Amino acid sequence: MILSENWLREWVNPDLDTPELAHRLTMAGLEVDSVTPLADGLSGVVVAEILSATPHPDADKLRVCQVDTGSETVQIVCGAPNAAEGLKAPLAQPGAKLPGGIKIKKAKLRGVESQGMLCSAAELTLSDDHDGLLALASDAPVGMPIEDYLDLNDTLIEIGLTPNRADCLSVAGVARDLAAATGTNLTMPVIADVAATIDDQFPVEVACPPKCPRYLGRVIRNVDVAKPTPLFMVERLRRAGIRSIDAVVDITNYVMLELGQPLHAFDLDTLHGGIVVREATENERIVLLDGEERTLSEGTLVIADHQKALAMAGIMGGEGSGVSADTRDLFLESAFFAPELMAGKARQYGLHTDASHRFERGVDPELAYTAIERATALFLECVGGEAGPVIDVSSAADLPQRDAVSLRTSAIEQMLGIALSDSELQRMFAALGFSVVAGPTAGEWQCTAPSWRFDMGREADLIEEVARLYGFDNIPARSLGGNAAATVEPEHQTPLSLLKHRLVARGFSEAITFSFVSPELQRLIDPELDPVALRNPISSDLAVMRTSLIPGLLGAAAHNIKRQRPRVRLFETGLRFFPDATFTQRPSLALLMCGSRSPESWSTKSDPVDFFDIKGEVEVLLAGATGALEFRATAKPGLHDGQTAEILLDGAVIGVVGRIHPTAASDLDLPRHTCVAELDLDAVTQRSVPQYQDISRYPETRRDVAVVVDQTVPAAEVLALARAAAGPSVSDALIFDLYEGDSIAKTEKSLAIGLTFRDQSRTLTDEEISESLAQVIVSLQEKLGAKLRH
Amino acid sequence: MQALDDLKNEATAAIASAVDAGALEKLRVDLLGKKGRVTDLLKSLGQLDAADRPKAGAEINALKQLLNGLISERKQFLQESAIREQLAQERLDVTLPGRFEPMGSLHPITRTIERMTDFFARFGFQVVEGPEIEDDYHNFEALNIPAHHPARAMHDTFYIDDTHVLRTHTSGVQIRTMETREPPIRVICPGRVYRCDSDLTHSPMFHQVEGLLIDDDVSFGELKGIIQDFLHAFFEQDALAVRFRPSYFPFTEPSAEVDIQCVKCAGEGCRVCSGTGWLEVMGCGMVHPRVLEMSGVDTARFQGFAFGMGVERLAMLRYGIGDLRLNFDNDLRFLAQFL
Repeated sequence: MILSENWLREWVNPDLDTPELAHRLTMAGLEVDSVTPLADGLSGVVVAEILSATPHPDADKLRVCQVDTGSETVQIVCGAPNAAEGLKAPLAQPGAKLPGGIKIKKAKLRGVESQGMLCSAAELTLSDDHDGLLALASDAPVGMPIEDYLDLNDTLIEIGLTPNRADCLSVAGVARDLAAATGTNLTMPVIADVAATIDDQFPVEVACPPKCPRYLGRVIRNVDVAKPTPLFMVERLRRAGIRSIDAVVDITNYVMLELGQPLHAFDLDTLHGGIVVREATENERIVLLDGEERTLSEGTLVIADHQKALAMAGIMGGEGSGVSADTRDLFLESAFFAPELMAGKARQYGLHTDASHRFERGVDPELAYTAIERATALFLECVGGEAGPVIDVSSAADLPQRDAVSLRTSAIEQMLGIALSDSELQRMFAALGFSVVAGPTAGEWQCTAPSWRFDMGREADLIEEVARLYGFDNIPARSLGGNAAATVEPEHQTPLSLLKHRLVARGFSEAITFSFVSPELQRLIDPELDPVALRNPISSDLAVMRTSLIPGLLGAAAHNIKRQRPRVRLFETGLRFFPDATFTQRPSLALLMCGSRSPESWSTKSDPVDFFDIKGEVEVLLAGATGALEFRATAKPGLHDGQTAEILLDGAVIGVVGRIHPTAASDLDLPRHTCVAELDLDAVTQRSVPQYQDISRYPETRRDVAVVVDQTVPAAEVLALARAAAGPSVSDALIFDLYEGDSIAKTEKSLAIGLTFRDQSRTLTDEEISESLAQVIVSLQEKLGAKLRH
Repeated sequence: MQALDDLKNEATAAIASAVDAGALEKLRVDLLGKKGRVTDLLKSLGQLDAADRPKAGAEINALKQLLNGLISERKQFLQESAIREQLAQERLDVTLPGRFEPMGSLHPITRTIERMTDFFARFGFQVVEGPEIEDDYHNFEALNIPAHHPARAMHDTFYIDDTHVLRTHTSGVQIRTMETREPPIRVICPGRVYRCDSDLTHSPMFHQVEGLLIDDDVSFGELKGIIQDFLHAFFEQDALAVRFRPSYFPFTEPSAEVDIQCVKCAGEGCRVCSGTGWLEVMGCGMVHPRVLEMSGVDTARFQGFAFGMGVERLAMLRYGIGDLRLNFDNDLRFLAQFL
């Protein structure tokens, strides 16, 4: 909401300069978003009158004007189409400054001297209107500085109001709060009841009082809608960002800005029978002021006559029933609609208006009376006419009740840590318009909120008001005491932070990608799953929730490769979202590697990474895992059929590791060797709490054996079998060589296994070890068809 | 004993010019071995007159000792020079770079969350997490934001279906905590949140860290205290001005927005702070009693405060990151700056 500072100061004028005033508003909870001086830097522009206007001798579009500046007559060359004898307009004299820093000098235009410039509204930054000179009223005093005449020494204060402060959606409301916050008196303009001079009434029926507890109407006959809106009013509307329409609409808007009551003026002649405030019937149609037809759903409140719906109550008037150039008689509406029943209604139809904004948040139900009198008085003053009596249809039972709320000073102390004197407390609440009564017990008060406050239902609401007026700055900061149980993270889990730091130390950078991805990318990796889709995605390529972290990392890798960063090692942690009934969300960890195995260096020539590089990273990650780790060849969409493994921990699949499919690589402009892995984070972070095992004092013995097996026999099986067959004295077993080549068959491979033997309690004999080795060989021969290689 | 002097001179010269350990050993055998020349001289002592023997013996023995000393000196010298020579041959250009896997980097958002949670952990706040597809109740209703509440319009919510949304804040985690734990409660909830808004200063996904404290005796004063301390610690500026400004959130009352003196211009007014000298960095307040009641907290015994901050905002201020989108491009040239 934008407010004119001058207007505000008419209501309340604390002894504060503009920045201080803005600060006080902000600290009272009415946040000032911006403070903009109006017509900043304007000087030397006066009201002037054109005495004569004759054609320029050498230019068709220019005129040479004799202009009265109030002190002399000067010659001005002007190109505006409306420059004519008798027009009063702003004149920038030589030496004048316009907003934006333009300086005016004497000049010759096509050989004719011009002693200044007559100005349009745009040149004074009053509007975008470049079309002609700003025509001033015929009674504008010639020679008066324009900033005085148009009240341009003003500042626009933009306030970002929170939804609970509907009471401040007006000059009066902000003034009331500022007066309370600064202890300054509020100067209300006198708004007297306008006595009826005619008896005309118009039938009003409210069919659903809970939604419209109060409806006031008034007939005003014989208005002259051709009369102009007073300049001050046009200016104030403009400064609040409201365009002038005609005097009648301008007055209703002006009263809304001034007091906060949205009003609507109907053309009485267009109304049939009487006003009915009722709910729309299903699929009832209405054409609103914006010219668009809308189909209403049941429950939407409308203002209708006996024939049809005329307006969407509290949201927008309808086409055909508003004021037009032909209007002679008005029916003025000033109503109260229940905020809880207005909530969301405008948005349901894609609308948001000044009226709906206020009614949803709560308009003072008592304000309807003041506002209708204020508007009537302004009508009579500006457009003439005779007013009838106020028609009042109120349902007391449906009006918001303002019950007394108990406030304990002990609660204030407990919540805010401050002690407040009784007089201070009474002053604060009185200034806010509350009635305050002590009791029933000592240190307790009964506070009844004024009709304009809709957010004062319980003690905490009152304490907030105390805090606001006391000043958050004045509440002393205190240090936080005990009552916190000291805790240590459970040791059977690797802290995620530690895991991340380990990955960083291994050369991986952490990526954070969006949790929503494009359906195409999603399909590439997880075509079987129909992902969770957003109803209102921000764009089509961020439309579904990821079921894998891999697509995001592939995108991040492609981004870097496009920017000449071919060696990429990334990881990300986050949730995967599964399209089941409960929206399972599983914490996961993904890795991506591409580019050379080692960074480019003078000492090492390096191949691109391959499957075993990323598998190695996975093995390192899971080094402390509880349970048996197993990699099993598998096929997965988006990944290389022959270079992909599922990762199992104690037989349960916890992830996948592999090289990306060549088609996916070329689709995404990624190198074909790009490798990825994805793991359930819970499996990665599980670890056992170490239990110390005695270190053997006896020597260990290493024996190697090489066997030839069929290509299809997994190495892991060979190793596991060897280890099992060697018996309990084997302390370590590894594969230290793989041979495939000319000296064995193409369908075979040779694996060299190193076995380390050690006993906890004695030195093993050669015979024992040889016996173990023989068992290994027999077992491999029998179970896997292995041949000993010499 | 001219012969003795000659032998001494000859042997001394020979030892000094021995080029390696082998030559030196050969000299030693020639001179001092069982059949060496000095040994022979000692053996020939018996042929001298008894009166001359002691003197001659002493002289020969002195020579023997001298030569022994010279030989071991030379031996040590030769050993040392052999090592020196070996080292000289093994000399490297130590300015060539070492062999290493370069460090990766932790994302500045993670780094910032870690600094935040570390601070609050010292006050006993425990990190808790929750779902990102959240039900309407935990994202809105339980936070005193019923359907059609105007505050919902401020949230730009992503909808999954009629009853599920992408969480617009991590506050739902606090609700779940209150539902399942007995006070006193101190938790801190970091995580991804989502708003349907995307431009230069808004990302549809960003991160929040929210905190909740429920206890029997805790006031707005303690809230001010810990937030001030946190901001001073976070920016490592003990004199950083912090301002609490009344605001409105449906789930706290009183509610405050917290501004810090602009860290770019020290409050002078600049582009970063839109000329105001202040930067809005977080929201906080005393938990609304309605929220406590809905989550089953006994409001007669307990009250508390909550706060929430945007991680991107604080990370960007701390590290001077000018463009929000850099956080999600995952450009290695950006990430590598956060070693």
